[in-house]
Amino acid sequence: MSQYSAFGLLRGALNGQKHWQPAWRDPEPKSHYDIIIIGGGGHGLATAYYLAKVHGLKNIAVLEKGWIGGGNTGRNTTIVRSNYRLKPLHDLFEFGLKMWEHLSDELNYNVMFSPRGAMFLGHSDADMTKLAERGDAMRCDGIDADLMTRDEVQKLEPLLDMSRDARFPIEGGLIQRRGGTARHDAVAWGYARGADSLGVDIVQKCEVTGFVRDGDAVVGVETTRGRINAGRVGICVAGHSGHVAGLAGLKLPVESQTLQAMVTEGVKPMINSVIMSQSLHCYISQSDKGGIVFGGDPDNWPSYAQRGNPMVMERAVAQGLALVPALSRLRMVRTWSGVTDMSFDGAPIIGETPVKNLFLNGGWCYGGFKATPASGWTYAHTLATGKPHALNAPFALDRFERGATIDETGSGPMPNSR
Amino acid sequence: MINFSFDGKTYQAEKGDTLAAALLRNGIGLVGRSFKYHRPRGIMTAGVEEPNALVTIGDGGRTEPNTRATDVFVYEGLVAKSQNRWPNLSFDIGAVLGLAAPALSAGFYYKTFFGSAKRWMFYEYFIRKAAGLGNAPTKTDPDLFSQRAAFCDVLVVGAGPAGLSAALEAAEAGKRVILVEQDNILGASLIRDGQDRDGAWVESTQARIRAAGGRILTRTTASGYWEHDLVTLTQRIAEPGQIPPHGVAQRLWHVRAGQVILATGSIERPMAFAHNDRPGVMLSQAVRTYLNRFGVVPGKRVVIATNNDDAYKTAYALKAAGAEIVAVLDARPAPAGADSGLPVYHNAVPLSTKGARHCLKSVTARVSGLTQSWDADLIAVSGGFTPVVHLHMQAGGTLDWNDAAQAFVPATSRQNVTTIGGAANPEPVFNVVPVSTPKKSFIDFQNDVTLSDVDLAWAEGYRSVEHLKRYTTLGMATDQGKLSNMAALGRLAEKQGVAIPEAGLTTFRPPYTPVTMGLLAGAGAKDAGAHVRRLALYDVHAAKNPIWQPLGYWFRPRAYPVGSETLAQAAMREAKAVRSNVGMTDVSTLAKFEVSGPDAAAFLEIICATTVGKLAVGRGRYTFMLREDGFVFDDGTVWRLDENRYLLTSSTGGADRMATHISYVRQFLCPHLRVSAVNVQEHYAGIAVAGPQAKATLAALIGEEPPRHMSTVLAMISGVPVIILAASYSGERAFEIYVEASHAGPVWAACETEVAKQGGALYGLEAMEFLRIEKGHLVVGGEVDGRMTPHDLALDKMLNKAGGYVGASGLSRPALSEAGRRQLVGLEAIEGNIPEGAMLVTGEGASPQGHVSAAAFRILDGGSIALGQLTDGFARHGEELIATSPTRGQMARVRVVAPHFYDTAGERYRD
Amino acid sequence: MMQFTCPHCGPRDQAEFIYERTVDAVVSLDAAPEEAMKSLFTRTNPRGVDDEIWRHTYGCRAWMVITRNRVTNEISATRAVGPEALP
Repeated sequence: MSQYSAFGLLRGALNGQKHWQPAWRDPEPKSHYDIIIIGGGGHGLATAYYLAKVHGLKNIAVLEKGWIGGGNTGRNTTIVRSNYRLKPLHDLFEFGLKMWEHLSDELNYNVMFSPRGAMFLGHSDADMTKLAERGDAMRCDGIDADLMTRDEVQKLEPLLDMSRDARFPIEGGLIQRRGGTARHDAVAWGYARGADSLGVDIVQKCEVTGFVRDGDAVVGVETTRGRINAGRVGICVAGHSGHVAGLAGLKLPVESQTLQAMVTEGVKPMINSVIMSQSLHCYISQSDKGGIVFGGDPDNWPSYAQRGNPMVMERAVAQGLALVPALSRLRMVRTWSGVTDMSFDGAPIIGETPVKNLFLNGGWCYGGFKATPASGWTYAHTLATGKPHALNAPFALDRFERGATIDETGSGPMPNSR
Repeated sequence: MINFSFDGKTYQAEKGDTLAAALLRNGIGLVGRSFKYHRPRGIMTAGVEEPNALVTIGDGGRTEPNTRATDVFVYEGLVAKSQNRWPNLSFDIGAVLGLAAPALSAGFYYKTFFGSAKRWMFYEYFIRKAAGLGNAPTKTDPDLFSQRAAFCDVLVVGAGPAGLSAALEAAEAGKRVILVEQDNILGASLIRDGQDRDGAWVESTQARIRAAGGRILTRTTASGYWEHDLVTLTQRIAEPGQIPPHGVAQRLWHVRAGQVILATGSIERPMAFAHNDRPGVMLSQAVRTYLNRFGVVPGKRVVIATNNDDAYKTAYALKAAGAEIVAVLDARPAPAGADSGLPVYHNAVPLSTKGARHCLKSVTARVSGLTQSWDADLIAVSGGFTPVVHLHMQAGGTLDWNDAAQAFVPATSRQNVTTIGGAANPEPVFNVVPVSTPKKSFIDFQNDVTLSDVDLAWAEGYRSVEHLKRYTTLGMATDQGKLSNMAALGRLAEKQGVAIPEAGLTTFRPPYTPVTMGLLAGAGAKDAGAHVRRLALYDVHAAKNPIWQPLGYWFRPRAYPVGSETLAQAAMREAKAVRSNVGMTDVSTLAKFEVSGPDAAAFLEIICATTVGKLAVGRGRYTFMLREDGFVFDDGTVWRLDENRYLLTSSTGGADRMATHISYVRQFLCPHLRVSAVNVQEHYAGIAVAGPQAKATLAALIGEEPPRHMSTVLAMISGVPVIILAASYSGERAFEIYVEASHAGPVWAACETEVAKQGGALYGLEAMEFLRIEKGHLVVGGEVDGRMTPHDLALDKMLNKAGGYVGASGLSRPALSEAGRRQLVGLEAIEGNIPEGAMLVTGEGASPQGHVSAAAFRILDGGSIALGQLTDGFARHGEELIATSPTRGQMARVRVVAPHFYDTAGERYRD
Repeated sequence: MMQFTCPHCGPRDQAEFIYERTVDAVVSLDAAPEEAMKSLFTRTNPRGVDDEIWRHTYGCRAWMVITRNRVTNEISATRAVGPEALP
């Protein structure tokens, strides 16, 4: 692997940047791996990286049906934060946030993690109390959180509509200053490059079409490139967990829904942080290229269509403009959508399945990107040892039948809970 | 003549000019700077695909950055400014980045700027400042954007000859037709090519379509093709920056079409050669548009570079307009044919251009292997044609490769859409493989992506078309790759050693051209897409100037301050009035359901987790409801009004959720029951009268003995029939009076008079909150947070032992009865005031074991009290804890107690 | 935005409807607890056709079952449910 550095770029300036090696190989799949990870998104690639790096395993493959990072890794709004309310989520996402802080160096790949602050807006006294409760829970669990006054919010984001007669007036906010955004593609590519250099085979255009069983155990996978045997198999296919688990005869507490995002034409800096509002169900940030990145709620009905919907988009834009009226004359240049695994308590599922040697990492709803390092770390532990890591133990698949759900919003057992 | 300004200088335009035409008319070639290297750029096209000539139009709240000069029609007073340059357009300091270009290759930022996140943010600060193009407005948009829905049998997109003919045929066949054209005139290629010079055919066709009832929308772009033949149209009513005549700047149409015909034509491709981006390099058809439509001759000494026949039309048109054609570089081998009268060179492709002072000076080409140069001030290029298949693809269609045209054309359609004209049958071309040159040979002009960037991405393993796009940013500029994607695909296919169709395609995503955000929001931005519901008694409250509190889509009075009272003072005064005398409040927003029929009780025992059937007529009781997973999700009261008629109330915030739940359960879980459940939330307004004098007040109002606690009667107040429920949320003897909302006014007025006679007060939500906390009543969204079981809330003794209610199965799950669950407790301050929302900890630095869900003060006795959730809290009464709020710097020492602070024996309910 | 054909109102924009759950996730009141939790908490979630319960919430408020392909959004059947479906 050629080391990335400013010096390397300068050297390249003299040779037409001709000295760079491919960031990852394009290997033919072998007939047997100790561990196969299905899904070459950020989570799957991170898992492979940590399996090789931390657990010293050598014979690992990541099987990707299309191109790596092509699912939700490359379709999210790139927000990184750990500002949750419940402890198991604190523990997992904060572990991840700490990893983000060193990820570029760890991977020698600039993932552009930019802790510009992730701010929830409060629109009433009741909101502010709820935000304080969330912030207090975070602080007591060792996570940074600060309440902001109206003035502080306005100073950070001068373009917010601070008028008192707004439909949702801004009374203040809760900021996690260590939160921010990162470059989504770079995360997949950086982990892929790192995993590849440690000997992991990343096999693209290789779709898993079935599982090879020996009694109640999985011993391999059928793919579009033939049968591949494996000691353990880890599913890591956000949005398609239900489909792939279905190939092993499993039904999951997951429904696939479409989540849309959109971006405007690039403009000079105007949004300084990540602005989020739960009353308004939208989140806004500005990319390094200058585009204003927008997201809203999922579609609230099952879909694998990976296509957007004008109704949901127009609502998200209306809400965004209510917050930042100056966005009115910008133009939306692109909209896209991803298929998300909506789990039935809003929290992810990482751990064993009822099928021996088959493991699951999914159900990330619309919050998986920020967890990429932590997801990879804990899933690698689970795949290497066959047992959950302390951080992912609460996120076991059987928590639904046991009644130990991790319901951050308290809205109950369906992704579209009424 | 029309006056407009560009970078502060005033110029004149002709009527009908686009800004690009007007700038060219005034001899202005340099219009903008590119995104990454700040290279000088001019006008390359005459349409929406323009990558270079981006300007900021208008001022104040109408400022539109990144507007394509080719897609704005000049109006009197138009103000345009160039972008992404400092101090000015012709001398831009940012252009030094061009010198660093060899180091700033594709994805360079992934390979450097390491170190801590803070260090990256330092670099990022400068990168962000350098990125972006125009500045966003900072003022509020003064204009309106409207939205409209429409239906038609046939929607025709594009009013060139094919689209006009199709629309005419459909309209005259009696179909409802909508024809949309993004330009401000119809005709498209007919105008560009001067084929309908007197406009007669376009004019008569247009008139016939209208006469047959067709609707023609110009300046309207079909920007998105969604599900089930829904097409969104964006219609410009005013030009960018222009004051709209009737306040509406743009209109968004949602058109549900029976059939869609796409006559969207094609977009000409540039060619890849060194310095193919400077002002003076223009697409061949654009040159023709400027000549034929606007009467502007964009160059005097012109080189034509082509791989097809179409560009010859440009050569002839230029010649006719008096320009000199110095060379026609035709990539194709010489045909055996007639002399064109032009200086044609076959096997000729352009290699590079030279320029001076931001103008084109000369063109160098390779002609049959030899290099040759010409002085020229314009090169008109035509690299073939890319059919506009965006909408076809958005609709879920597939593409075929048309080898003769070297282009993708529509194949199968998933929706009811067909493509006709040039978009289906592009002109044949000769395939030109771009020659890699060491110098910058641009393929994505706006984002400054070159062929060598594509090559680098390939070498580094970014080999799928999506990786290429994302690694190089190709196709991600405001022109969305309209000019660049095919060139990149060609290069990728060459690298892979496959035919272009095998190299893959990126997804075509809406919108076709960028859409103004204000238009998408429409009127929705005003109320953030969230409507407000008004209380039936809104005017009565508003006249008292209360402090309002938002609650879902409602606003309710939070307190009625007198004089200079603060919220806290007013609320405490109001609460004291309830505790010591009488108060009244508006409870209209509570969810209310009338459940009737022979099986009403059976139905309610499915919805509610408590028993209902044993309730005597005229009696009511507290109840709560479980979700299917066994958690409490709402609570309220249930009243037996009659043998087979019940009234069920539940929380305001959960009203819609409960309405859906009741309907779902009724329809799917017990369709056999003979029951009707009607949502009467807004049918009735509600007034609560509470306090030791409430009974006397009510007696005076209804002229009879008021019902006992938890009893109900029908009565009359001011001649209006009312339902009286003797229920209490405050802990005092209290009555809820329900009246048909349209008749609530007189009832409220009568109550107010009686309460005043008693010396009582109005109270709002804040006082209500104090009262209920002190009494230990639950609130949905507070103590009932969707994660608590009946047992956690100490409600389990009320559960219907017979089971059968929704949630009984969920409740039996093992983890719901394990130790370590959060349980409802009361908290009493030993020191300090308890902050609402604070965490409950055993000591400094300990992990939270619960939290304060609601905090208040004892109303008559003073002292800070609260309700909370605490791990295994039932067994911890008497324990001391700390309620800490680090975010507010507040803390209190608290004692865990039972969650009732007032009248625990319920004596105040007795008469 | 799809277009549904409400059995009572005719073709209407999907914006008027709210999705509830799939038919197989209707938890019968007399189901054994284990079976009830299985149908509440698991889905086949097919990358293809499923029977879905929708409600014409911003219209006639009636419930219906829509058979829909989740990839192509093709709707192959719509049927009314509950007492509203009675003649």
